Amino acid sequence: MPNQSYLKALNRALLDEMERDPAVCVFGEDVRSAATNVTAGLFQRFGPQRVLDTPISEQGFTGFATGAALAGLRPVVEFQIPSLLFLAFEQIADQAHKLSLMTGGQARVPVTYVVPSSGSREGWAGQHSDQPYSLFAHVGVKTVVPATVADAYGLMVSAIRDDDPVVVFAPAGAMRRRQDVDFAAIAPVPLGRGRVVRSGDQVTVVAVGHLVHDALAVADELAALVSVEVFDPRTLHPFDWPGLAASLERTGRLVVIDDSNRSCGIGGEIIATAAEEMRLIAPPKRVTRPDGAVLPFAAALDRALQPSREQLHAAILDVVGLGANGRGAWLDRDDVNGADGSWTNQVVGVPRG
Amino acid sequence: MRLIRRFEERAIELVRSGVIAGGIHPYIGQEAIAAGVCAALRRDDFITSTHRGHGHVLAKGADPARMLAELAGREGGLNQGRGGSMHAADFGLGILGADAIVGAAAPIAAGAAWAARQAGSDRVATCFFGDGAVNQGVVFEAFNLAALWQVPIIFVCENNGFATSTRTEDAVAGTIAGRGAAFGMWTRTMDGMDVEAVLAAATEAVDRARGGHGPSLLECLTYRFDAHHTFEYTARPRYRTTEEIEAAQARDPLPRQGARLPEQVREAIDAEIEDLLTEAVQFALDSPHPDPSTALEYLYADSTPVRAGVA
Repeated sequence: MPNQSYLKALNRALLDEMERDPAVCVFGEDVRSAATNVTAGLFQRFGPQRVLDTPISEQGFTGFATGAALAGLRPVVEFQIPSLLFLAFEQIADQAHKLSLMTGGQARVPVTYVVPSSGSREGWAGQHSDQPYSLFAHVGVKTVVPATVADAYGLMVSAIRDDDPVVVFAPAGAMRRRQDVDFAAIAPVPLGRGRVVRSGDQVTVVAVGHLVHDALAVADELAALVSVEVFDPRTLHPFDWPGLAASLERTGRLVVIDDSNRSCGIGGEIIATAAEEMRLIAPPKRVTRPDGAVLPFAAALDRALQPSREQLHAAILDVVGLGANGRGAWLDRDDVNGADGSWTNQVVGVPRG
Repeated sequence: MRLIRRFEERAIELVRSGVIAGGIHPYIGQEAIAAGVCAALRRDDFITSTHRGHGHVLAKGADPARMLAELAGREGGLNQGRGGSMHAADFGLGILGADAIVGAAAPIAAGAAWAARQAGSDRVATCFFGDGAVNQGVVFEAFNLAALWQVPIIFVCENNGFATSTRTEDAVAGTIAGRGAAFGMWTRTMDGMDVEAVLAAATEAVDRARGGHGPSLLECLTYRFDAHHTFEYTARPRYRTTEEIEAAQARDPLPRQGARLPEQVREAIDAEIEDLLTEAVQFALDSPHPDPSTALEYLYADSTPVRAGVA
């Protein structure tokens, strides 16, 4: 099976969908020369009528894609920088997204917005390092964040075939992934269906996008101490709430690692929903960027504001009652502490969820 | 024009009586633009409209009864009560909807026109907007894209002298027509209160678009006789004088066009419109209110699950 890159998955999904459906066309800055390589080869294959280099007019070409969709096309719009979504936010959140409801179902706006290398790319500083997926989930735009090469392909295909606007965030941290996959054998990944990436029965870690790989690494590190289940929601809106509930039925404990800013990020929503509606036997935790973070330029500062493996490691231990903070308040302390009630580093066992 | 005028007057009555919630932005005084431009369009051409959009939607052929039911938020409305005055749409007639964000529909209209041409059709799009929109960057982005890609679109600027209460001369540097010319667009300024003048310019612009000669900008000089929005009836903002309004009313497009018609024809049209609107009002009043349990219907094209506001 060929070893493929995440970038190739996005590119191949676009190519396959353009082959399959003549209504699929691409708009964006430098898409003919394929500055990001997501659109590599498409201009040569499909020509100027289907691959359009746009001026630097994010509001303009985003709205233009909406109009083209209303008239029957299925545009894919590439944004080279996640912060450009702020410029186009009105056209996506207020126009493309709202037209279906406002017109009583007359409008269909099948546009896919693809954002390669969202989040920190280290060294690109404040205006190139945002991860604004929570913003789109909040307003109700379908939002997907593929973590793996296979999902990048399968979710991109589903996004293009979907009859609503969909934003595809391809985190910079995931763009480096490679995987042995046969694209031709990958079925479209339905939007709103999460995946248990690693099974465990003591704590569920919900990880978004590239952080799935960090969660897996931390779960492996902790394997001798804690049985960690890693849940990749894949789509943030609609979210696979039943999938999360099923995982929490098994584990009863929750940690979320999310590259959003803390306040109003999707991590907060996941925890709130779990607290209201799902089985939790210990206080949950989330690992996020700080409130209102702006990523600074210097590499050490940039990394300091991103959710880290160390933070996740500590959060997991806290939630299962093995943390330095002596958290896990909902547990019977005898389960985790020494017989005299004092803190001990000796693992006496974490109760099964 | 008469239909639009009387429709607006009936709608204002329904605002006052509480049947229409949220008020409306009356089009009274500007009817010649919608009527003249839409007379140059085919049924399958696209339009996008504005917050002051009733005239465009009616002139493009929407059923006044379903339009009025939409304003009243009823199931029988064009958008089944989901859009209201500022979002009325009828896709079967190419009416892609009124848009409540000033200028935001400009690229949407351009994209629709471009896609139609890609499909091998000779459909064109018309994008209506006001003088208030010519300071929105997105409008110029759309001008540029349309001119660059020779999109078959007619941009129709209804310069009624006011962006809400701010006079055009206090908001617009240079000229509106100059902004069209700057993008190399075929641009004409005309008396927007003379429907024949509007029709003549629109016909030429539509012919150019259909013939592959690219976009146009029509600046239609007009005046809004009534409020920016019906909230003015109670808020009573002071930004113009009665004398100014009366002076503009001397150029009222209705009597000007009416004078060009034989009296019998005019009377027949007027009577027909009264009957039509009486029926429309009744249709709106008789149309059921939407079931609150369907408030999230149409949020997505498919059956994407959405959680309620409380678990």
